[in-house]
Amino acid sequence: MDEPVIETHALTKRYGRGRPAVDGLGLVVPRGSVFGFLGPNGSGKTTTIRMLMGLIEPTSGVARVLGEPMPRAGQRVLPRVGALIEGPALYGFLSGRDNLVRLDSADPAADPRTRAARVGEALDRVGLANAAAKKARAYSLGMKQRLGLAAALLQPRELLVLDEPTNGLDPQGMREIRTLVRDLAAGGTTVFLSSHLLDEIEQVCTHVAVMSRGRLLTQGTVAGLASSVRGRLSVTTPDTAEAVRVLKEHGVNDLVVTDDRVTGELPAGELADLNAALVRADVRVRAFGAQRASLEDAFVALTGEGFDVAG
Amino acid sequence: MSQADVLPIRPGRPNPLWRLSLFRNETVTVFRRWRTLALLGVLAAVPVLVGIAVKLETGRGGGDGGGGGPAFINQVTNNGLFLVFTSLAVTLPFFLPMAVGVVAGDSVAGEASAGTLRYLLVAPAGRTRLLLAKYASTLVFCLAATLVVAVSALTVGALLFPLGDVTLISGTTVSFGDGLLRALAIAGLVAASLTGLAALGLFVSTLTDSGIAAMATTVGLLITVQILDQFPQLHAVQPYLFPHYWQSFADLLRDPVWGEQLLRNLGLQALYVAVFGSAAWARFTTRDVTA
Ligand SMILES: Nc1ncnc2c1ncn2[C@@H]1O[C@H](COP(=O)(O)OP(=O)(O)OP(=O)(O)O)[C@@H](O)[C@H]1O
Ligand SMILES: [Mg+2]
Repeated sequence: MDEPVIETHALTKRYGRGRPAVDGLGLVVPRGSVFGFLGPNGSGKTTTIRMLMGLIEPTSGVARVLGEPMPRAGQRVLPRVGALIEGPALYGFLSGRDNLVRLDSADPAADPRTRAARVGEALDRVGLANAAAKKARAYSLGMKQRLGLAAALLQPRELLVLDEPTNGLDPQGMREIRTLVRDLAAGGTTVFLSSHLLDEIEQVCTHVAVMSRGRLLTQGTVAGLASSVRGRLSVTTPDTAEAVRVLKEHGVNDLVVTDDRVTGELPAGELADLNAALVRADVRVRAFGAQRASLEDAFVALTGEGFDVAG
Repeated sequence: MSQADVLPIRPGRPNPLWRLSLFRNETVTVFRRWRTLALLGVLAAVPVLVGIAVKLETGRGGGDGGGGGPAFINQVTNNGLFLVFTSLAVTLPFFLPMAVGVVAGDSVAGEASAGTLRYLLVAPAGRTRLLLAKYASTLVFCLAATLVVAVSALTVGALLFPLGDVTLISGTTVSFGDGLLRALAIAGLVAASLTGLAALGLFVSTLTDSGIAAMATTVGLLITVQILDQFPQLHAVQPYLFPHYWQSFADLLRDPVWGEQLLRNLGLQALYVAVFGSAAWARFTTRDVTA
């Protein structure tokens, strides 16, 4: 097996006193995965990314990126990593192009003779070529986000770390990011993507880790996580009251009615028998079946609560 | 190998000279800030104002025979080159160091408050290398600011007053060419006088995530120290205050040159650079960058 691209062991960070922002994190990001790092606001996603990128020192524990310890091996590791951390930050008085030139100059492994070409390619890649000469302070939020991405793509990277990359983007922009992530992953880049948007993770990620209040709740493949949560039985019918009565008789628990839909815990037995029972009781069934669990269901099942900001 | 023709440098083997790119870019970036240009503009205006004031004064038949006023101002009417010395003497206590304080104070803290510091660090600039590039570009600014004053003064001096042989403080006369060389050396000395403050400002800049706070603190420290340097009661500590020997550059206008105070000044600046440079390094290489 390949060595993981990111591996942490009991990684902990405490800012000042109080509850640790990240607490005993053991993360394993396999090579080639699109890894979703999911958690509500304040759950420690950015703090983890800061430790992985060597911006802050862990209070305890170890973080290894591309097989080397961080922050110690930063100068060897970081040229192979592209990162967007907590949104873009630009020099407003420089043009988009000069912003990239500056960041490229900061990389001691970047050849100055090919700098202009690299910057041009990165701008093309995120669709900013036409706005490259404009001062960055005149950029819209989406354009800034794209420029930040372009900086992460200046070099071919083994790992791309994106902290909430779709923040502030319109649906079109979000779609473009998803396409870009899929392209990069197809090219062999491992993508580590933090988000508090469940469906975003569900759409692009192969793997997922779920954080809450600084702790890792679970990690694994997206499919595995969703299947670990049992789906629900769903019946669509105009006769909801009658349906509830029949289902209850047949031992279905936790029945919930929303408009013309009744959902409940998936029973152990044969589903077809239930359907037959409904029809025998003259319940007009429009749709009947087991609903696949979503990542959101999984999250609620894991936390036993909603997707809220930890206090 | 045909591969070698396509790829002049093997990937993964960066040329050590590439490391200088950051310093080059940093220096260019400092001078592309509107604020830097405004500071240089103010510095360029000082010799113009001094030159015009002297011209108007002599036009009214003034000249009280060498009393008050900044150093060398009485010689300006006879020789425009002295406007260089006067202007440096006028700008050295506050204008020049304030400009340096702004640039040094903002160097790291400004990047932190803009959030660009984290992107430089993951580029990865390297903390020591970034700090060196910041300090080196601040030194370039010290030299540029001093030269702006000197060149502006020389231009104004040449336009408003005659130029010619230079009578030194010690009474001997040297050629204009010799005088010009001494002016250049003095500009270099003045720039070197600012290196201690630049290191202090760099250290302050590593302490905070607010560029404004770092600039204000550095300039505030400068003003405080300049005031302390005036109190006779404090003469025991004054030899350790960084501006204490600043005006010693005038000793270059003696024949032979008096070296003692000049060397004390340079030694004191070196001490400040060592102490605050190390402090800045110790702080910046260990701090959490969360901004
Ligand atoms: N610089 C800091 N100083 C002190 N506490 C901090 C700092 N940065 C973050 N925290 C705290 O650490 C915890 C985790 O914050 P973090 O920014 O890692 O969360 P996050 O998962 O990235 O949230 P979001 O989705 O809002 O970006 C929060 O409780 C936050 O208040
Ligand atoms: Mg965050």
